[in-house]
Amino acid sequence: MRIVLPLAFAAALMAPALAAAQTDTSEPLPPRDANLSFQEPYFGLYDRAALQRGYQVYKEVCSACHSLNRVTFHSLGEDGGPGFSDAQVKALAAAAKIPAEPNDKGEEYNSSGERLTRPGIPADHMPAPFPNVQAARAANGGAAPPDLSVIEKAREGGADYVYSILTGFGQKPPPGFKVMDGKYYNPYFPGRNISMPPPLTDGAVTYSDGTKATIDQEAKDVATFLAWAGEPKMEERKREGFEVVIFLLVLSGLLYLSYRRVWRDKH
Amino acid sequence: MATTTTDEPTRRDFIYIASGSVAAIGAAFAAWPLIDQMNPSSSVLALSSVDVDISAIQEGQQAVFMWRSKPVFVRRRTKKEIAESVDTPLSDLPDKLARNLNLPEDAPATDKNRVEKPEWLVIIGICTHLGCIPLDKLGDWGGYLCPCHGSQYDTAGRIRRGPAPENMAVPPYAFTGPTKIKIG
Amino acid sequence: MSAANSTYKPGNGLTRWLDSRLPILRLAHDTMTSFPTPRNLNVWYTFGGILTFCLGVQIVTGIVLAMHYLPSAALTNGGTSSVAFDSVENIMRDVNYGWLLRYVHANGASMFFLAVYIHMFRGLYYGSSKAPREILWILGVIIYVVMVATAFLGYVLPWGQMSFWAATVITNLFTSLDQIIPHVGQGNAPGVGTVIAQWLWGDFAVGDATLNRFFSLHYLLPFVIAGLVGLHIWALHIPGNNNPLGIDVKGPQDTVPFHPYYTVKDAFYLCLFVILFSILVFFHPDFVGNPDNYTPANPLVTPAHIVPEWYLLPFYAMLRSIPQKLVGVLVLFGALLTLVFVPWLDTSRVRSMRFRPMMKQFFWLFVADCILLGYLGSKEPQAVWHLGGFDVPLLWPARIGTGYYFFFFWIVLPFLPLFETPLEQPKSIAEAVLGTAKPQAAE
Repeated sequence: MRIVLPLAFAAALMAPALAAAQTDTSEPLPPRDANLSFQEPYFGLYDRAALQRGYQVYKEVCSACHSLNRVTFHSLGEDGGPGFSDAQVKALAAAAKIPAEPNDKGEEYNSSGERLTRPGIPADHMPAPFPNVQAARAANGGAAPPDLSVIEKAREGGADYVYSILTGFGQKPPPGFKVMDGKYYNPYFPGRNISMPPPLTDGAVTYSDGTKATIDQEAKDVATFLAWAGEPKMEERKREGFEVVIFLLVLSGLLYLSYRRVWRDKH
Repeated sequence: MATTTTDEPTRRDFIYIASGSVAAIGAAFAAWPLIDQMNPSSSVLALSSVDVDISAIQEGQQAVFMWRSKPVFVRRRTKKEIAESVDTPLSDLPDKLARNLNLPEDAPATDKNRVEKPEWLVIIGICTHLGCIPLDKLGDWGGYLCPCHGSQYDTAGRIRRGPAPENMAVPPYAFTGPTKIKIG
Repeated sequence: MSAANSTYKPGNGLTRWLDSRLPILRLAHDTMTSFPTPRNLNVWYTFGGILTFCLGVQIVTGIVLAMHYLPSAALTNGGTSSVAFDSVENIMRDVNYGWLLRYVHANGASMFFLAVYIHMFRGLYYGSSKAPREILWILGVIIYVVMVATAFLGYVLPWGQMSFWAATVITNLFTSLDQIIPHVGQGNAPGVGTVIAQWLWGDFAVGDATLNRFFSLHYLLPFVIAGLVGLHIWALHIPGNNNPLGIDVKGPQDTVPFHPYYTVKDAFYLCLFVILFSILVFFHPDFVGNPDNYTPANPLVTPAHIVPEWYLLPFYAMLRSIPQKLVGVLVLFGALLTLVFVPWLDTSRVRSMRFRPMMKQFFWLFVADCILLGYLGSKEPQAVWHLGGFDVPLLWPARIGTGYYFFFFWIVLPFLPLFETPLEQPKSIAEAVLGTAKPQAAE
């Protein structure tokens, strides 16, 4: 009791903070639950088909503005990811235009001022849409679209946040809320004024596995893909976690028995 | 040191041995990542083979490509260079083995065993003496000369004179098209 | 243990030969095998061993991570990232088991602090800082301060947003000294605080020079900690361990040899600790971290909410509760310095709070206070609680919490013994544990 009372006192002091209501309209709404397979912290694995569809959404929609700098083509074929075959990986890489090394004349640009490129190889990282952050800002009204490689780890709410942003456009702002010029209302974004125009539409991509491409489906798939992009080792991590914890439970059982045996006559 | 005398030693020892062994196994599994992290990472392994385009190489010229941080010479041999190499008897060669990683170890160093297509010589451009990079179209055999200690190689990259003990190695490679090679 | 009391007997010719040249096996025997340890040590006494394990894990994982980490703030990816940030992502994605090593090292720091706080609270509760263990306690405080420095330096290394801005905020604390000497030299020369800050930065603000030297120091300090731990254990072995009853060891009936009694007990509790550690690493690896640190550092964009790691939050709350910058810094350092004086601040003749019913309550209130301060440190500085009709700025509970911290050490510890009637302590450990004071025959 003597321990419980002071701790309960501290807990009681913290309780009102939890009851703070969301009446402030510049505060974003908490993200909606995307209900994706991998979100379960102990058993959740990536939906492989969703990863492949998500890559397609990234490539056909998002990559026009957002880079994915840390993801290599070869990682698309590794275990725990979209699981493309070696041939598919090679083809996807070869279709990409990678800024080339200086040619024999030392040139990096052609006579029209365009950057010379070469076809990608699996070892390459995915090429960025803009050569630098200044060009990204200039092409996007002053707001550079962030790199998406670890976006879900870099935002509170992770995949739920990305899903909510992508599906959160088109809502009517509350009365009196000012939507700034050149921006769009999205209640899930901090400040609720987002520079990104709604990127997804129904049927924006045609999925090769025949799944119907609604905005909701596209958002879920790209949120899955981006989760993998940020955490390609997640499946290995959870699998090894089980092996380690079960091993340690066995070991602690044995150590407990040893402990009891050693201390038998001393209590 | 206190001991318990009431139980048979075997029963008491078993639990300690079992705990100790399981703990030791755990330590070994825990040590493995610490050791494996020094092995080449997956970004290094992704470059363990390279595809090169040799269409720009003129006859009598060579290009150098990097493969696994080593220089690979791809030389487009003239008919004269090919003939000189083919006509060399094995007895003239200090190193009689082909040193071709695409062939068994004991293959002899005939010109045929040094190339896949006679026109194209593909060798790892590292002198087998102490690792310098030989210069091409030099030396008495029109092949390579190593500037460090004077080893001389012929037009099939085989050692002819000098301190180098072996022919320059032929890396694993294959033609994937008329002007494309996959090395590694 | 002095050499005269050593019971080590070399078993064969080789060990005799070694013993006469470098008695290292004798040292191991005396300190870790035969060492007489009170027979009543409970689970809270296993944290010393756990801490040694944590230090070993951090050093080993740190050394292998340093094989891949690059301490450079040079820009990459068109200016959106840095070499350092990229090297950490390389570790997470491409280095074999790199993700595991990184998560173990990052979460290991949290586990290290969890263990050290339990260890410190244990010391307070059972009076382990009192005579004759004052130096032991002070060494412990020094180890804690070096741990805080090491953790702060380490957190800067990934060069994320939080890395950069935490470095900026904390090193900027030194500029508060400008009040003492506003100009070092002629005219508009910077004050002494700014001079010191620029010396720390190697630049006019946190940057590449700072990152490089922080890496060097982060690599160095854990070995300083290891040396201090050696002194800490040496200082412990002179009087021997304290125990939950707080009463001195009277004879061999009160003790058991460290091996096998405490080696097995420490091993068991260490295993439980590692299970908790593993659950964190394998299933919730980013739980204690801050998402902002996955955004590369941007010197032109301050994050909405700068927060240190959880184990530094109580001090952060104390710092922010004082509006005047220099006084806030002095309060922060004062809180740490206070710990050094604990052996003399507590004037009770009774060591263990088991027998001090009034003190015990203040102690648990102090634990709650630390947790409260930690919680408050995680909130925005202008945050407000809405209690019924009242708006309470969190600044006020933070000030009360800070006040109670100093009140506990400087008022309660010295003066409570004047009013407190301690409970009767048992005559000896053996009596309390076995129900008899008679020396037991070794069994």
